[in-house]
Amino acid sequence: MSRTLYDLIGLAAGIAFILALKGLSHPKTARRGNLIGAFGAGLATLVVFFYASPSVYGKAESSLPLNNLGWILGAIAVGLIIGVPAARRVQMTQMPQLVALFNGVGGGAAALVAIVEYLNLGSEATTAQVVFTVFTVIVGCVSFSGSIITFMKLQELMTSRPVIFPAGRFVIAATLASVIGVGGWVVSALGTTPLLILAALSLLFGVLFVLPVGGADVPIVISLLNAFTGLTVAASGYVLDSVLLIIAGTLVGASGTILTRLMADAMGRSLFGTLFGAFTAKAQDASGVAEDRPVRSGSADDVAILLNYARRVVIVPGFGLAVAQAQHTVRELADLMISKGIDVAYGIHPVAGRMPGHMNVLLAEANVPYDQLVEMDEVNPTFGQTDVAIVIGANDVVNPAAKTTPGCPIYGMPILEVSNAANIIFLKRSMRPGFAGIENELLYDPKTMLLFGDAKSSLTKVVSALKAL
Amino acid sequence: MDAMAILSIFVLSVFVGFEVVSKVSSTLHTPLMSGANAIHGVILVGAIIVADHSETNLELGLSLAAIVLATINMVGGFVVTDRMLEMFKGQKK
Repeated sequence: MSRTLYDLIGLAAGIAFILALKGLSHPKTARRGNLIGAFGAGLATLVVFFYASPSVYGKAESSLPLNNLGWILGAIAVGLIIGVPAARRVQMTQMPQLVALFNGVGGGAAALVAIVEYLNLGSEATTAQVVFTVFTVIVGCVSFSGSIITFMKLQELMTSRPVIFPAGRFVIAATLASVIGVGGWVVSALGTTPLLILAALSLLFGVLFVLPVGGADVPIVISLLNAFTGLTVAASGYVLDSVLLIIAGTLVGASGTILTRLMADAMGRSLFGTLFGAFTAKAQDASGVAEDRPVRSGSADDVAILLNYARRVVIVPGFGLAVAQAQHTVRELADLMISKGIDVAYGIHPVAGRMPGHMNVLLAEANVPYDQLVEMDEVNPTFGQTDVAIVIGANDVVNPAAKTTPGCPIYGMPILEVSNAANIIFLKRSMRPGFAGIENELLYDPKTMLLFGDAKSSLTKVVSALKAL
Repeated sequence: MDAMAILSIFVLSVFVGFEVVSKVSSTLHTPLMSGANAIHGVILVGAIIVADHSETNLELGLSLAAIVLATINMVGGFVVTDRMLEMFKGQKK
C-alpha cells in the first residue's frame, strides 16, 4: 500500500473520531457516534497490516507481511478475550471503575510503546523525538498508576476517602521535581537504568497524585487522566510518524480537558480544589461526634401511609439504588403513586452515584419516562411544594454540609435541597456516611424518617404496603 | 514529517477537540468520557508498529504486552460505551 493511501485512510479514521466525539455530545446521536468511533479505530488497526512502516525511531524500513505477525495477532486475540467479556459482563454499578481500568491500561500501553522506542533511539534521533518519548513514558506511567488507584477506590479495595499523609504537598512536589529532573537526565544521557528509575518515579507520582482525591471527586480525576493518556498517544504519533495518532491523541487530550472542567463545574468544584483540596481543607472528622444521637426510623407501612396522602413526591436516587439493582422496583412504586393521582418526579443530581449521569443511565434501563427525570436546577425550587422527598441510597448529594460546613470535602457542591420538603424519607442500609465520608445532619432532622434495609427489599415492602391501602 | 506541519495538525486538533464537546449535558458526561477513552486505545496502531520493528526478545515482549493492553482499552472501551448508551434508547421523545 502506498504512503498516500495509508495516510488517506488514517485521515478518514481521524475524521471518524471527530464525528464520534461530536455524536457523543448529543443524546440522540450518541450511540451512532460511538459506533463511528469504533469503525474508525478498527479501520486504523486493519490498515497497519497492509503497510510496511518506513524507518522510524532509528529502525530500518519493514516489509510485508509484518515481522512477528503471528505474535501480533495472538496478542490482539488475548486482548479481545480479556476486554470484551469484561465490558459485556460488568454490572452497571461497576461501570465507572471499568472505565478507569481501561484508561489505565491505555496509559500503560502508551508507556510500554515509548519504552521500546527509547531502547532504539540511536544517535541520529532528534532532541524532539527523545523529549516526546520521555514525555510519553512519564505521563503514560502516571496515567497507569493513577487510574489503578482510582479503580481501587471505586471498587472499594481501599478507602474512598482522601488519603492525607504528613507534609503531603511537599512530598508530591518533591516527587514531581525529581520526575522532571530525572526526565532531563534521561533525555541527555540516553541510558536504560535512568529510564527505569524515571518510570518507577512516574508510577509513584501517579499514586501520590490520586491518593488525596476522595469521594465524588474521583470521576473528575479519571477524566483528567483520560486526557493525559490522549496526550501520550499524540506524542507517540510524533515519534512513530503517524498523523492518525497525533490527531486522535490530541482530540482526546483536548476534549478530555474540557470534559474534566465541565464535570468539575457540575459539582461546583474548581479543578485545583478537587486535586489538592484535601491538603488545604481544615480536615475535620465528623465521625464520633454524633454517632449516638436519636433518629426516627419507621416501617414500610409508615412510609406507605405518608406517600398515600401526599400530593407531590420527589424521588432522589443515589448509588444505593444502583447497588441494590432497585431501578425496576422504584419505577413500580412511582407508577403506583401516579395511578393514585400523586405528582411524582425524580430529582436527579448530576453526580449522584459514582459518575455523572449514572442515575439517568440506571433509570433509563427501567424505562422510566424521560420527562419524569428532573435535573437539579429545575427540581430544587419545587421542594417547597413537595410533601415527601424519598432519598434512596443517596447521601452526599443531599447533605446540607455542602452549604453549611466550610472545609468539609463536599463544601461548595450544589445539592438537592430536600430539606425544604415537608417530609423526608431516607432508605438506607445503615447509618454509615456516604462516599465522601461525612455525617449527614439531615438524618437527625425531626421531619426525617429512616427505613433501614436494602433498597430493593425496602421498596418492595413499601409497594405492597401502598397497594394494600 | 516537517515540524511545522505537525505543529499545525496538533494545534488545529486541539481546537477541534475543544469545540466538539463545548456543550454537553451532564447526562452524557460518563459515556463521552468512556468513548474518548476508547479512542485513545488507537495506541494499538503504535504498539503494532513497534512490534513489527522489534528485534530483541525484550522489545518484542514489551510490544506484545502493549498490544494486549491497547486492545483491551480500545475494544473494551467501545463495547462498554455502547452498553451505557443502549440504556438511553427507550427515552426517545
